[in-house]
Amino acid sequence: MRGQTAIIGIGELPTRRTYPGRSMYGLCAEVARIAIADAGLSKGDIDGLVVEGGNTTPASMADYLQIRPTYSVGVSMQGASSTTAVTTAAAAVNAGLCNYALIVMGSARDDRPERAPGSRPPGGGGAGSVGAEFEQPFGPAQGAGTGYALMYRRHMYEYGTTPEQMAKLAVDQRFNALKNPNSAFQGVPITIDDVLNSRYVNEPLHLLECVMPAAGAAACVITSADRARSAPNKPVYILGAGLEQANAQIWETDKITTTPARVSARRAYQMAGYGPRDIQFAQFYDCYTILIAMTVEDAGLAPKGEVGPFYESTDTTYKGTFPINTDGGQISCGQPGLAGGFRHVIEAARQIMGRAGERQVVKNDLCLVNG
Amino acid sequence: MTTEYRKPLPNPAHWPASKPFWEAAKRHELVMPRCRRCDKLFFYPREVCPYCLQSDIDWQQVSGRGRLYSFTVIHQPANAAFLDDVPYIYAMVQLDEGPRMISNLVDIAPAEAKVDMPVVAVFDDVTPEWTLVKFRPA
Ligand SMILES: [Zn+2]
Repeated sequence: MRGQTAIIGIGELPTRRTYPGRSMYGLCAEVARIAIADAGLSKGDIDGLVVEGGNTTPASMADYLQIRPTYSVGVSMQGASSTTAVTTAAAAVNAGLCNYALIVMGSARDDRPERAPGSRPPGGGGAGSVGAEFEQPFGPAQGAGTGYALMYRRHMYEYGTTPEQMAKLAVDQRFNALKNPNSAFQGVPITIDDVLNSRYVNEPLHLLECVMPAAGAAACVITSADRARSAPNKPVYILGAGLEQANAQIWETDKITTTPARVSARRAYQMAGYGPRDIQFAQFYDCYTILIAMTVEDAGLAPKGEVGPFYESTDTTYKGTFPINTDGGQISCGQPGLAGGFRHVIEAARQIMGRAGERQVVKNDLCLVNG
Repeated sequence: MTTEYRKPLPNPAHWPASKPFWEAAKRHELVMPRCRRCDKLFFYPREVCPYCLQSDIDWQQVSGRGRLYSFTVIHQPANAAFLDDVPYIYAMVQLDEGPRMISNLVDIAPAEAKVDMPVVAVFDDVTPEWTLVKFRPA
């Protein structure tokens, strides 16, 4: 699959706390229009569709957009849905199942009454589930941070990682978001003390280490390398991809301070023919600070256990020596459902196309994206 | 007079595979499913052994002793019924016999909890029907 497909068009709606009066499908349709136009295509060219499979189905999205794709699939991979969608779309194009695959995801946040604050159990919960049987009775925290805090605490214990080091990570990302008009936090700088003084959601996770639920949408178009050459944008070639399935229940994970990125990054490097030393910048899924940190280690960008010192000594802003989450990521933009993680793909493509404006990185040929 | 228990009760996923676990808890015993073929304990309870996918399973009483593998101190619970308890410890416990489980660490101030400290099971009869397995410092 190496270099056989490319992203040729991108779209992103600004992430905001809410889009009053708008629905998820409406936002998705709007951003689909932007991505299709960006690719120099019209709606009729789209013959592949990949959506997140939980809140939307391919059929309902195709109906809303009035398209009749000949390849269509929903991926249900939680935070990894967008990167899995890219891999799936690229594989489908490469296999000749479609020519122009549209990926679209979004969230209107408050168009779903069952998602009212406090009314919905966090991941793994709900009626008749393993989480509802063996986790919910013990009172997990709001959001999905309970498991990440267990990883965080264990990482502190095994490697001496400190909240100050994780706060530096959050501050670097916020610096990037200050130049991102699509961030819900644009123009709101933070300091390490701000992070450490923000209240705990669940220790050791401070509020400013967590994503904020938000609304927005993102989309991109993937086609073959041949077709990409005649597209208006600089093609963003997909050089390699790898996946390892995570556990649904954290206690099933043998070593909770290691993430699936240890395997998936290795597989992506292998397919691409590049290694961690070649990577110029990274866009890493970031629901909580500790996840980015562990991904930096597991992707081989810092030795295992040394991500704390890595952040102390590395400027990871777009101006820095190794930029990470150059748009501010989810933690400093807001999380519009699964479009939050999708934004890492969009920003990687935007940087490689050279369209990131004030936060453009200089070395923009090779990016590692994690979902 | 007892006040109504408002927190979520276990809502089993794979009933009745886990029924012996909850019946034992009611007797204040901690048991784990064991595959007779692999001679391995596993958790959560399933109809089949997750190692060999055979259904030749019995139950073994375990010591209730283990270590605090990791923990988080909850300040903002997902369910408002826990608000009276904050801050409290949500724990991952590694049993001496191998399996891990999620629970609460009780009888300790959150600031005193340390990863890897020895813990032992206690049984909290939260309703006449349900007993939760919690842990305290050993
Ligand atoms: Zn077995």
